[in-house]
Amino acid sequence: MMYDWLNNLTGSPILAMFIVSLLPLFVFILPFALFAVLMERKVSAHMQDRLGPMRTGYHGILQTIADIIKLLQKEDLVPTATDKTLFNFAPLLVFIGSYAAFAAIPFSGFFIGSKIDLGIIFIVGVTGLVVAGILMAGWASNNKYSLLGAMRSAAQIISYEIPTLLIILTIIMITGTLSLYDLSEMQTPYFWNWMILGGPAVGLQKILLIPLMIMGCLIIYTSTLAEVNRTPFDIPEAESELVSGYHTEYSGMKFAMFFLAEYANMFAVSAIVAVLFFGGYQSPFGYLGNLLGLKWLIPIEQFSWFTAKGLFFVFVQMWLRWTLPRFRVDQLMAFCWKYLIPFSFVILLLVGLITLI
Amino acid sequence: MKDYILNFWQGLFTILIGMKVTFRHLFVPAVTIQYPTVKPQMPERERNRLYVNMDDCIGCDQCARACPVNCIEIDTVKSLPEEDLGKTSNGKKKALWVTTFNIDFAKCCYCQLCVFPCPTECIYMTDVYEFSEFKRENLLYDFVTLLPEERIQKKKNFEEMQARKEIEKVAAAKKAAEEKVAAQANKPAEPKPDSKEENKQ
Repeated sequence: MMYDWLNNLTGSPILAMFIVSLLPLFVFILPFALFAVLMERKVSAHMQDRLGPMRTGYHGILQTIADIIKLLQKEDLVPTATDKTLFNFAPLLVFIGSYAAFAAIPFSGFFIGSKIDLGIIFIVGVTGLVVAGILMAGWASNNKYSLLGAMRSAAQIISYEIPTLLIILTIIMITGTLSLYDLSEMQTPYFWNWMILGGPAVGLQKILLIPLMIMGCLIIYTSTLAEVNRTPFDIPEAESELVSGYHTEYSGMKFAMFFLAEYANMFAVSAIVAVLFFGGYQSPFGYLGNLLGLKWLIPIEQFSWFTAKGLFFVFVQMWLRWTLPRFRVDQLMAFCWKYLIPFSFVILLLVGLITLI
Repeated sequence: MKDYILNFWQGLFTILIGMKVTFRHLFVPAVTIQYPTVKPQMPERERNRLYVNMDDCIGCDQCARACPVNCIEIDTVKSLPEEDLGKTSNGKKKALWVTTFNIDFAKCCYCQLCVFPCPTECIYMTDVYEFSEFKRENLLYDFVTLLPEERIQKKKNFEEMQARKEIEKVAAAKKAAEEKVAAQANKPAEPKPDSKEENKQ
């Protein structure tokens, strides 16, 4: 593990812990956010037969860096009528919520921030902080649009956590573990052992599980999409009706924090789907490191597989964003309570019966 | 119950159709024109900034009179008899020095009405449309090819010629009057030289 290795290297557990906790931020989240924003703009542009940013660097690859520099230079505005404490604290809380989730995400067999047994539940719980942050931002902004956005967001995230958790529960029923590391290890580096294809189960059980797992995958993908407030579930931000939702009043670095949190969340959610259903960091067909006898290559391979899977799901999120129009508020709630939750209950029940075989 | 399942299935299925459409468009070449580096193809009869080919201009003032917003200002000076201004490309003889030919593009409405009356086709629309300026005065275009001193010179030449003519006229008139007086003194009725003088005038 990374921590042990660093502990041996530096000889100081505190320093090792510090480095391990900062690694996902500086090595992963920040570069990812930079890349994802550019990717979002490029994907959206090409889906609409445009070109997107083209001026900064080759095909605009430096555009997000320029944007970040611009945001850093901006004045940190705090409107007079706001609740200062909450207003300043909210972006921090939102960012903490989404960053803390990365602690339990297994980037590779070698590097997990914290190998806790409650992994998946920890992620779901800690991302709940985001709701608090968003509500705080909406309330403290003293702006009707912000407040409306925040209220919608809270209602939405809390509702969509139910199908997410129900599907997570079915996975737990099959695998018997909550630790994301164990979950990933269980889905050995061959794609037929991935949860989407029935996991490590064999025979009749596996065949019966496959359709249910595909359904479950779709449901968890949809509901987590709603949890990160992405289109078609972006009613909290709904530019056309709510200006910009809960971050209407924010500018400069605080706005950047929200933005960073949003993109970090996008990846976190994709990572959860990848870990639960698509083998996490496992390669779909064995490792080159095993084949060549180079043990040190395996974690690197695992990391790249994990990133590739995560990025693929992030891409699908963007793809959906430019395909589907926004839900109405009542449609959003109806979709969750009338469709996703009953279906996930049925899946939970059926999977429970199948595991008895 | 049947409706419910059908609804769910349809929702899923139509999303996939939509995704197929957007995915196809991901590979459709972009319609964007990278403007300042790549210019869009303009239509054949585009109406943009005017240009005046002063080699062909005879200073007839017809364009200025056709202009609905009076943005063209033309001033001409007659050439001296001994000066040869050459011919226009379609064979018209030039007789006037054009000392002012200003087009104020801040006023111009790009109607192309000035282009049609031109007898030598020397004023026409070009394909230039990027001529924005920070100051309105900079939009006042001067097309005259003569140097400022030359313009003054031409005007002075003309005035001098005019003055010379005036002097000649006065002198001639004086002479005529003298002759008349002399004629009257010599012979009471002899209209021949008188009419001659009048013709000259």
